[in-house]
Amino acid sequence: MAVLKWSIDKLEAKAQDIRCDILTLLATSGSGHSGGSLSCTDFGTALYFHELNLNPENPSDPTRDICHFSIGHVTPVIYSLLAERGYFPLKDLLQFRTFAGHLQGHPSAHDTPGLEVSAGSLGQGLSFTVGVALASKMDNHSRRVWCIMGDGEQQEGQVWEAAMSASHFRLDNLTAIIDLNRKQIDGDTADVMNIEPLADKYSSFGWEVFEVNGHDIPAILETFAQVKRIAWKPSVILAHTRMGKGVSFMENDHRWHGRPPTVEEAEEALQKYGTTYEEWKQRLQRGSEPIVAL
Amino acid sequence: MHNRDFQWSLPREAWGRALVELGEKDENVVVLVGDNTISLHVHLFEEQFPDRLIEMGIAEQNMVNVAAGMSRAGKIPYYVTYSAFGVGRVFDQLRVTVGYTPCNVKIGGGHSGISVGPDGATHQMMEDLALMCSLPNFTVFAPADYHQTRLATLAAYDIDGPVYIRFGREKVPEVTSADDPFEPGKAQVMADGTDATCIAIGHMVAEALIAHDELKKEGIGLRVLNMHTVKPIDAEAIYKAAEETGAIVTAEEHQVYGGLGSLVAQVMATGTPVPMEYVAVMDRYGQSGKPEELLDAFGLRAKNICEKVHRLLQRKQSIRVI
Repeated sequence: MAVLKWSIDKLEAKAQDIRCDILTLLATSGSGHSGGSLSCTDFGTALYFHELNLNPENPSDPTRDICHFSIGHVTPVIYSLLAERGYFPLKDLLQFRTFAGHLQGHPSAHDTPGLEVSAGSLGQGLSFTVGVALASKMDNHSRRVWCIMGDGEQQEGQVWEAAMSASHFRLDNLTAIIDLNRKQIDGDTADVMNIEPLADKYSSFGWEVFEVNGHDIPAILETFAQVKRIAWKPSVILAHTRMGKGVSFMENDHRWHGRPPTVEEAEEALQKYGTTYEEWKQRLQRGSEPIVAL
Repeated sequence: MHNRDFQWSLPREAWGRALVELGEKDENVVVLVGDNTISLHVHLFEEQFPDRLIEMGIAEQNMVNVAAGMSRAGKIPYYVTYSAFGVGRVFDQLRVTVGYTPCNVKIGGGHSGISVGPDGATHQMMEDLALMCSLPNFTVFAPADYHQTRLATLAAYDIDGPVYIRFGREKVPEVTSADDPFEPGKAQVMADGTDATCIAIGHMVAEALIAHDELKKEGIGLRVLNMHTVKPIDAEAIYKAAEETGAIVTAEEHQVYGGLGSLVAQVMATGTPVPMEYVAVMDRYGQSGKPEELLDAFGLRAKNICEKVHRLLQRKQSIRVI
């Protein structure tokens, strides 16, 4: 078991690695969700490489923290985080969404080490983490439970059933993070089905609400420290992000919700990170030890 | 048609008492309920283990996934509500989270069937088997009576994976005894005969036994199989019934499409096909009424089984003539 507690420099570099992984695996598979994967990358890296107590050698270690991406379609970032953290070889990322690989289009706990539960139908994950948090309370288990949701996902009614129950059970061991990139498949969340005022909604449901720039790693770490000080109620972090963050031609464009870059587009994006599609593919193929950016 | 001298009792009470037994055996057994604690007899569990009875209110989608989360944290959750809501409303949660993962969640489907009575169609769940049997990884029990509901609830604990247990609202005849073995996946021969077989579930097993007695007076031998495990279904018992009796009627408080009858026909067709008939709800919604009135009106009685057996014997005869 280990909490990595990486420094900010290392986290920022690792987030860059993960963006390169995401672009490479998406271009290779020719299928998958770019936009949300890139908006979740920075706080996802902060969770897996600074915050969570995990044991990749024994994913079911009973002392572990439990983190679940209810936003199941961001498998590129989920799988990259798990591979970089050592749950399975990096080269597996190149078999994303293939028949031969173990990385399903949406998370399948039965297939992939490190996943707690299958997901992909939005709105179910917060309830799952309420269950984990409740059972952990019953057992006086000290773990923290994390649930990552999308902002479009807030339109699912079950989210609010779960929100109600989390405060009813006073689950101060539960923190939700919402990837607030303000985009969904059909356009802006404000136009498709307005979710605002989201902070007021959670607050009125009995949650402690935090807001943070979801790409500012120092600020994210500070918020993680704050949520742990909250007693008797669950906490939610509204992570203000940009869809497609880190790729200029994808940023803030809802059309990148569900499409992958072509190899040429990935090439253009990877240039910014000082690498190429082939070079990064080689790195994954070699299955080299997880490293901080090349 | 006269009854055997049956004792009558409540399967849902057996469910509640079995949970207490499990609660004593394992402190990780927890029970989740959706605002129907007394009706589904989990107050018995609450009295013994107040901290392990989790009231989830009227929010079934949440309840299913909370149960899944508790299972991931080492608990053995049993959740219960009326199957209209605990199955019908939450099929996606059962499919994606509980079944696909799979999670070690046990489900009590109360108030299943037309015999729910005065509450009417919304609460008379007759599609639950169709839904649950379609999901990989699930075991599906439809016990016949009080004793068997207890045993099915206990057996679910020993199965590593999701289990659905169906029972109704009303008292039903006891057709088994407390000491009878309960072997998941193995149909129970309740009465033997060589002219036809009635494969039944739930309280229809009692109706099948009454039909057996009536037909015997006419010299007709009806085998009665209690298919308490609907999934995985006992294919061998179905093949054997087809080969040895040459005719099958199924009997269930469920829609005719997608229930026991559909499953039996599907299996039988891969062995020796024989004439089949169905005693079931014939593709219609329920309605308010007394349970007895409804069972009569919807054709879910021993006399309906007898009618179908007569028809089967005619069909067998005509096949021989050809």
